Amino acid sequence: MIRVLNAIVKREFKLAFSGSFDFALPLLFGVMVISLFPLGVSPGPEMLQKIGAGVIWVSAILASLLGLEKLFREDFRDGSLEQLRLSGQPFAVILLVKVVVHWLITVGPILILSPLFALFLNLTPLMFEALFLTLLLGTPMLSLVGAIAVALTLSLEKGGILLALLMLPLFIPLLIFATSAVNNAQLQLNYNGQLGIIAAMLMLAIALTPWSISFAVKVSQN
Amino acid sequence: MVYCSPTSLIVGTILLTAENLSCIKQDRLLFSQLNFSVSAGNGLYIKGENGAGKTSLLRILTGLSQPAEGSVLWQQKDITSDFEEYATNLVYLGHKLGLNGNLSAIDNLVFWNTVNSIDDTTDLYELLSLLGLAGLEDMPVNRLSAGQQRRVSLARLWLKPAALWILDEPFNALDVQAVELLIDKIKSHITGGGSLVITSHLDMVTRLNCDVLHMEYNI
Repeated sequence: MIRVLNAIVKREFKLAFSGSFDFALPLLFGVMVISLFPLGVSPGPEMLQKIGAGVIWVSAILASLLGLEKLFREDFRDGSLEQLRLSGQPFAVILLVKVVVHWLITVGPILILSPLFALFLNLTPLMFEALFLTLLLGTPMLSLVGAIAVALTLSLEKGGILLALLMLPLFIPLLIFATSAVNNAQLQLNYNGQLGIIAAMLMLAIALTPWSISFAVKVSQN
Repeated sequence: MVYCSPTSLIVGTILLTAENLSCIKQDRLLFSQLNFSVSAGNGLYIKGENGAGKTSLLRILTGLSQPAEGSVLWQQKDITSDFEEYATNLVYLGHKLGLNGNLSAIDNLVFWNTVNSIDDTTDLYELLSLLGLAGLEDMPVNRLSAGQQRRVSLARLWLKPAALWILDEPFNALDVQAVELLIDKIKSHITGGGSLVITSHLDMVTRLNCDVLHMEYNI
């Protein structure tokens, strides 16, 4: 089983970095939004600090949505998903690994560059700490739940718009708790509560989504 | 209207059984009350016009699709009860080749071998040159011709020691030599006690002495 998972991880990385720069698209998108935003609104440091966390979070959400569309799609089209399902390995675990690797490749770079984003938008170190923790806990949850929507829209030619609509209700609570954690940090208050709720959502997603994703893929293959 | 040919013979133990299978696609009944079995050392050749439901039937037999009614049994047990166990006994080659176009033939096959838990005892380079792909092993698969891509996917039949082969139009895009090679491979699989479900528009398949299931297109 470990060998199988290892092979899947290796293949995903190889595909992501072979030739095309698709994997960098979400990151590029995030960088663009965050660098253009201060130009659009007044570049006053207080204003930026006030809206900074929201801007970073919205761009992270949209960037991860941009990346999600590619998840599973090619493997579905060329039949690799069928072969994986007929490989005699637990399908849910295979898909979970694919989602995790996809998160590492598309959202990972955004996390790595987030100190830079925080600098752009004049966040204090305490605010950055809260931002980073919420991103670290929140974005995997987005990928996991988003993968269900991706799997459901696999058999549609243009599933992108539907995917965005399906995901919208999920963004709202996450965004509210995440930005409220950063706001608390700005006021040097404790934000364990918000972080705890995001962590709880992530745990629930880890526990339940692998089976939902595999079921949704099976529905698409039917 | 679907019927089994009267020449149906059951030799050896029954491996795969279809019980009262029905399939509905886009509000159209493709087939209903379909019963047959495939035993070890025997094959089933599914014939029929385009749109008769051959591919749908094969996908139901692999467990990728669910039938509207009925069930598929592997050694008298429903395949959904232990799907992983069933999958280890199965090689399915469908219309989609299951090869990633950006990876080479070798990479694709090594990956497939690993996820299917097959020990790397076969020399893949030797196998690919047997399939007429010498020198193309490290080329990305989407640079190969349609026939060559099909040959890469056929390599699975040499790699996985599975009792049941489900092949959907395996001769598509193949040239004469490759067709001969594949027919020989299928023959040795059947004489070795394996079983086979195949669809094809080639008359050559009759040389395999399979049972024939004729499916008709009904509106």
